[in-house]
Amino acid sequence: MQIVVLLKAVPVVGTERLDAAGRVDRSAGLEPNGNDEYSLERALTLTEAHGGEVTILSVGPAAATDPIRKTLAMGAARAVHVLDPGLIGSDVAATARVLVAALRRLDFDLAFAGADSSDGGGGLVPAMVATQLGLPYLSYAADVEPLDGAVRVRRISPGGYHVIEAPTPALVVGTQLLGAPRYPSLRGIMQARSKEVATWTLADLGIDPATVGEAAAGTRLLRTETPPPRGRALVVRDGPDAAVAQVVAFLAARGLA
Amino acid sequence: MAGAIWAIGELDDGAPTRLGAGIAALVAELAASGGLEAAAVLAGPGASAGATELAAQGLDVLALEVPEAGDHATAAILAPRLAALVAEREPRYLVIGGSPDGRDLAGVLAALLDWPVLAGATAVRWGDGGPAVEMSIFGGRLITQSGFADEHGIVVVHPNAVRAGDPAPTPGRVERVSVAPARALPAVPVRERVAGAAAAASLEEARIVVAGGRGVGGPDGFRLIEELAAALGGAVGATRAVVDSGWVGYSQQIGQTGKTVRPDLYLAAGVSGAIQHKVGMQTSGTIVAINRDPDAPIAEFADLFVVGDLFEIVPRLTAALRTRRGDPPGMPGGAEG
Repeated sequence: MQIVVLLKAVPVVGTERLDAAGRVDRSAGLEPNGNDEYSLERALTLTEAHGGEVTILSVGPAAATDPIRKTLAMGAARAVHVLDPGLIGSDVAATARVLVAALRRLDFDLAFAGADSSDGGGGLVPAMVATQLGLPYLSYAADVEPLDGAVRVRRISPGGYHVIEAPTPALVVGTQLLGAPRYPSLRGIMQARSKEVATWTLADLGIDPATVGEAAAGTRLLRTETPPPRGRALVVRDGPDAAVAQVVAFLAARGLA
Repeated sequence: MAGAIWAIGELDDGAPTRLGAGIAALVAELAASGGLEAAAVLAGPGASAGATELAAQGLDVLALEVPEAGDHATAAILAPRLAALVAEREPRYLVIGGSPDGRDLAGVLAALLDWPVLAGATAVRWGDGGPAVEMSIFGGRLITQSGFADEHGIVVVHPNAVRAGDPAPTPGRVERVSVAPARALPAVPVRERVAGAAAAASLEEARIVVAGGRGVGGPDGFRLIEELAAALGGAVGATRAVVDSGWVGYSQQIGQTGKTVRPDLYLAAGVSGAIQHKVGMQTSGTIVAINRDPDAPIAEFADLFVVGDLFEIVPRLTAALRTRRGDPPGMPGGAEG
């Protein structure tokens, strides 16, 4: 079973900032997106149990190399890094097109993605990719079970879960319920050094640079503002009864109770 | 004609969702400011009946009856039909509620229509010739406002950013429509439906959220959180540690790899306020925290910080709020989200 895991390299949570051009600064300090790691974990356990290999596919800047290496150290067999200066400023539609072009060049039974990204992504790219490739789209997976020529997913629903199925190849969007990601072992880290990271450019993918990047983006940033800081907290240290009275009064004053 | 802006509603068991009604109210406002025509679209099994209910908001509703959406993952079934309807009627903008199904639908529609999309809107106003979409990013540390480069786009709105309006004096008209799908997408049938804990769905829409963290100590401690939430008429949330321990389901997890909430009141007990949790709740209106550790990080972004033992404080607070509401002693409070 061949599995491709879509990986977004995101700024370490809590350190995100904009660069001078008003774009998310991805020049350094990137980590694998949290939800992508859960999907990777399941991809690794599936290939360990059923045979096959995991390939990482990441569209991102030069600094994505470290998070990509981490996924190789966790156990992915190889990685494809789509890296091209023309991609800077791409919107989600362009990112999806690039992933589609890259996936067309890879053999896989399953493509995995994470439910959303921590740096402001809306979680729409996987659905766009599946649609453009004509792949079955199975989202919000709490569990993934390969069948003969098909895949079964436990999809989280508002009141429980649905069991959904589709023939492979298919695209599965995973959640935290797929399992805690493993830490890279020392051996894994050593092995990762000799694993292949193929770098593909827009030219390699046959993509016209005019269709991606900032100039082609269908959305534009109008302005940014920093939310006003919250005032210092009112601290209550009295005994329970006095504290409760203060909480009730506080909520009542704000029309919340 | 300036064109139209559409609210894409959502059906839950044949009834339009509250989120969809809120989206309709937002679209009515945007259309009024922008001089556009407003309409809502409801697609799925039972759309015609649901459309009459949604039309009470005052918007005209296009009802697209799609019985087979009832036993499939909905996006692949509904999006190709909605795309065909968009090609036929040519609205300029679509506004979709950010429920799980709504987000899937938006992604598939964006690909089918090749329209740009802005997701996670916390506010939408009519700006300079188009929607100005406000988003809260970096876990609430920055607010951005974005627009579309041309005259088309899809906006996905955070579930807590809209409120259904009061019924309009004159309900909108319901028009039943039928279209052939723009393209066949691979169907994903539902083989089985398993019911779990109910009410979790309302977490992202809730005006009041009461959350418990590791400090609640176990499932029994978490019950205190649930009782306080009921007394406040709020939804129950939790940190990842609580979910990992199995005290409550993942659908109630708030934070980086869980849900992002922005209620009017966020009341946390036994929650330290680690960054992974903070990014899911720090844009809440009022934040109240109860924690026995005076140095817990949540003190830095709470409005009211109670230093004390939650096992002493929470039951007393629940009782005081019930008394205030006039509930008979010992009766569970309402659970309206």
